[in-house]
Amino acid sequence: MTKRALILGAKSAIAEAVARQLSESGWDLILAARQPAALEPFAADVQLRSGQRVDLFTFDALDTDAHAALPEKLRAQCGNFQLVVLVFGYLGDQEKATSNTAEMERIMSTNYTSAAVILSYLANYLQTLDQPCGIIGIASVAGDRGRQSNYFYGSAKGALALFLQGLRNRLSPTQVHVLTVKPGFVDTPMTAEMEGLFLVAPPQRVARDILRAYEKRKNVLYTPWFWRYIMLVIRSIPERVFKKLKL
Amino acid sequence: MATKEQRMTGWGLYPVFKGQIDKARYLQDLVGFARTSAPLLAQGNCRSYGDACLASHVVSTLAMSHLLDFDAEQGVLRAQAGITLAEIIRFILPHGWFMPVTPGTKYTTLGGCIAADVHGKNHHTEGSIGNFVEELEIVVADGTCLRCSRTEHPELFQATLGGMGLTGFIYAVALRLKPISSAYISVHSVKTANLGETCQVFAETQEDYIYSVAWIDCLARGKQLGRSIVMLGNHLADPTASRGLVLHSSRQRNIPFSFPEYALTPWSMKLFNALYHRRQWRRRTDSTVHYDPYFYPLDKIGHWNRIYGRHGFLQYQCAVPFANGVEVLSDLLGRITARGAGSFLAVLKTFGPQEGLLSFPIPGYTLSLDFPLRHDWLIPFLHELNQQVLRVGGRVYLAKDAILKDEDFAAMYPRLDEFKRIKRAYDPEHHFRSLQSDRLGLT
Repeated sequence: MTKRALILGAKSAIAEAVARQLSESGWDLILAARQPAALEPFAADVQLRSGQRVDLFTFDALDTDAHAALPEKLRAQCGNFQLVVLVFGYLGDQEKATSNTAEMERIMSTNYTSAAVILSYLANYLQTLDQPCGIIGIASVAGDRGRQSNYFYGSAKGALALFLQGLRNRLSPTQVHVLTVKPGFVDTPMTAEMEGLFLVAPPQRVARDILRAYEKRKNVLYTPWFWRYIMLVIRSIPERVFKKLKL
Repeated sequence: MATKEQRMTGWGLYPVFKGQIDKARYLQDLVGFARTSAPLLAQGNCRSYGDACLASHVVSTLAMSHLLDFDAEQGVLRAQAGITLAEIIRFILPHGWFMPVTPGTKYTTLGGCIAADVHGKNHHTEGSIGNFVEELEIVVADGTCLRCSRTEHPELFQATLGGMGLTGFIYAVALRLKPISSAYISVHSVKTANLGETCQVFAETQEDYIYSVAWIDCLARGKQLGRSIVMLGNHLADPTASRGLVLHSSRQRNIPFSFPEYALTPWSMKLFNALYHRRQWRRRTDSTVHYDPYFYPLDKIGHWNRIYGRHGFLQYQCAVPFANGVEVLSDLLGRITARGAGSFLAVLKTFGPQEGLLSFPIPGYTLSLDFPLRHDWLIPFLHELNQQVLRVGGRVYLAKDAILKDEDFAAMYPRLDEFKRIKRAYDPEHHFRSLQSDRLGLT
């Protein structure tokens, strides 16, 4: 039986690494992105090396009005799919966002609202399949505690993590498994301009961790693993102290 | 698309240069960079030895390493320029295909191989890699991506083969591959006593073997000058099961740091060369060797360029015509041994005719050696060798060069003006330039 995975936000470095590794373990792929034409070379490469089928699909996360019809459209165009990997996100410019409504809304709706909308419809679709399937949502360690340097991004990713938690709770009697992924710093174009980063992980390593955690039906994955403990420490700092820290 | 000022060198670790390195991931990135101001240069894996891959602003193509199309019947592969030969072989070999031409390392990028119009051990029989290129996609200075071939934009196509990246960004390459039924090479080795004998073996065997190379013990003097092991090879024709399409492993041993200067003394090198020569006791031997150790013996040692110390080295590769070839080579080798400046690696091959405006091969012999950068006399000495090479109508290889003078370059490459005219047509303001092209008066 064909296994097919839908990757939302396929142009990101993590998405490419996940896509490549899925193709190597026999998954067909639907790569969904706003401008899928740019992904044609990548899709051709994955298809040639793995022999798996790769479809490109035009998807704009912010166009939430179209989301309700997407599962059916995807199925009709590319066939059934059993795994959804939601990778899209937008780091944005925290400083700009403090006084720019458009930037605030873009960060919050890309990372949370539109993710919640599309995942809701995809969850309904997966439930009807009546076979083991799953949702992998990429949140962030930034969502574990609000910090002055990125609280628009962080709060939206935190909300996504809560949403995934609720979805997992709802779907636990079904065959749909939900994995929440909280990556630390990953070596991607998103982080290329950031300074003072430490413990930066290659996207291939993050992708490997994600797929292993999914196979083992883990619920929440910190990747690389030590971020679980770093965030444990950060969360346990009392608020009266934390509010004075420059993080 | 990160922008950073970084230290960069070619494989010879000389010269050292600081410049801005940007990364391209998509065709659109190349278009964007081409439309910004000069100077620009595509940079692959930096396996050219001197300053051909250096510029104040380079665009790394390493993230553009995708396979685009593969015709398994006809053996035509289309791929992005940033892919390495190692990656290409990993994909094509199980389908029964191999690189039509390969240099001595599989870690060069495809784009770099086109830019230097590289040759292999089969130049005398099959020519350079340019002969196997069916089509190129090039982003030129005004930001347009041109598909070019022998019939479409033929001048741009010809100038880009061997054009050292100066005509634009090579985005994609369609390459005709070589069919094989085994990953192994059947090798016939001949031990020779001197240079005359070595050249004679080349002449006698060129009909029977597509690959040939001689490893010269360039420290042997007098009557033994040019004593070699000539290694002749063909792809194994009817393989047994265990000699099928077996891939290379990616395991490497690394040289972790630059060796101290005293590690390679003339004595230690002499010992190495003598031992290498003695490895083969009999005059003629036959063996079957996997393509990886056959074509890429040094790839097993990661960062082998560090063995010459932190000042780096110059690899000198020249080509001289067949006419009086033995005398010319004897003269060159004589000067080198008299200086005591020889190296581990002295490689002699033969070339056939070659098209291409700045392509290196001319019918004749090609000799290459490493010279550790340790003495002040080295660069003047190499200029002196250049004069000898120039005198007989020879030339040196731009992919290895770091020191050639512009007037020597102009004398060595008679089709230079033709190249310049085509470059001007596509890049009138010289957006595409390298340290080397500036030094040689190309830009």
